[in-house]
Amino acid sequence: MSFIDYYEVLGINKKATEDDIKKAYRKLARKLHPDLNPNDKDANKKFQQINEANEVLSDPLKRKKYDQYGENWQHGEEFEKARQSQSRTANAGAQNFSGDFNESDFSDFFGSMFGGSGSSGRTSKAKFRGQDYNSELKLTLLEAFTTHARTLTINGKNIRLTIPAGIENGQTIKLNGYGSKGMNGGPDGDLYIRFLIENDPTFRRLANDLYRTVDIDLYTAVLGGDIIVDTMHGKIKMKVKPETQNDSKTRVKEKGFPVYKKEGSFGDLYITYHIQTPTNLTEKQKELFAELASLSK
Amino acid sequence: MEMHEFIPIDIFCSRHGVETSFVNSLQEFGLIEISLHNEMECIPISQILHAEKLIRLHNELAINLEGMDAISNLLERIHQMQTRIVALENRLLFYEPSA
Repeated sequence: MSFIDYYEVLGINKKATEDDIKKAYRKLARKLHPDLNPNDKDANKKFQQINEANEVLSDPLKRKKYDQYGENWQHGEEFEKARQSQSRTANAGAQNFSGDFNESDFSDFFGSMFGGSGSSGRTSKAKFRGQDYNSELKLTLLEAFTTHARTLTINGKNIRLTIPAGIENGQTIKLNGYGSKGMNGGPDGDLYIRFLIENDPTFRRLANDLYRTVDIDLYTAVLGGDIIVDTMHGKIKMKVKPETQNDSKTRVKEKGFPVYKKEGSFGDLYITYHIQTPTNLTEKQKELFAELASLSK
Repeated sequence: MEMHEFIPIDIFCSRHGVETSFVNSLQEFGLIEISLHNEMECIPISQILHAEKLIRLHNELAINLEGMDAISNLLERIHQMQTRIVALENRLLFYEPSA
């Protein structure tokens, strides 16, 4: 835990007036407010810092304590107890400077200096929206293919989430109110989950379409025939046209990826044929190929 | 549409500590929709989160209606651009898996 220079956080000097502090805070809040920076971790973190700085510097009692102890904040509580004990007889009933807001949204430094019970003596407090949480969730292509439920544990809280089929790689979904608790009655933050979809060894995805390569033997490619192809929807029987060329493509309608949040709607599957040249030919086969070659000249 | 898909404005305003006139101004600026149900002015549930965001912008950042209108438009454009970036990144990954 290290000392935090609240003046530096707000970009002001130690002689700043209450009005200067308010202006500096407002200016930074307009830049870093979570509603203006959705899903931006850095902005959210900085917003918490300026809130913390404002909470201390805009409160004359907290500011006085902060200025008094400065970098010796670690000994602040001890100094405070000693000072209060000395002045107890002369100043009975004096309030200490502890805050009663939600400390979990503030730094450890803040908690050490102002944490604990009691009242700061402030009569009105600004409501602040809780910090947003960001999380990443890895899925296989097969998992992203079907709508399914997942239970996530975020900050010790179990969240049951239904992931709709067709979610995109890099897509972010927002769960309202699953972020950090709001301060002083402010709304809770949100939880942003970014989905990372792993590459599949067989299928490649482009938006809602799927692409795969299928090996076919030379004879089927030349003469045509039926083949069985594995798709994400199961096995399908396909007709290969005679004289099919290597790397030629064919489209299978609606055998691609599900369209996000459009139940029963699918992209297409594009199959690229990869023709396998026969190997380990017998003498007879070589003779026949030679004959075929001479016929083609 | 069913009544449970709407919240009467007076309930919404009392919950959020804002004047009804403020919510009406949001509607006049085209920032939210208000509809009439059983002779009560209501906000569709689908608009609540957006309306709450506008209230926060107004209360916490002292942004006026013109500013909220501009911010709403810009945030919508950012959202569209982010969606486009994700689609383009995925397209790039398709053609250059190591990118």
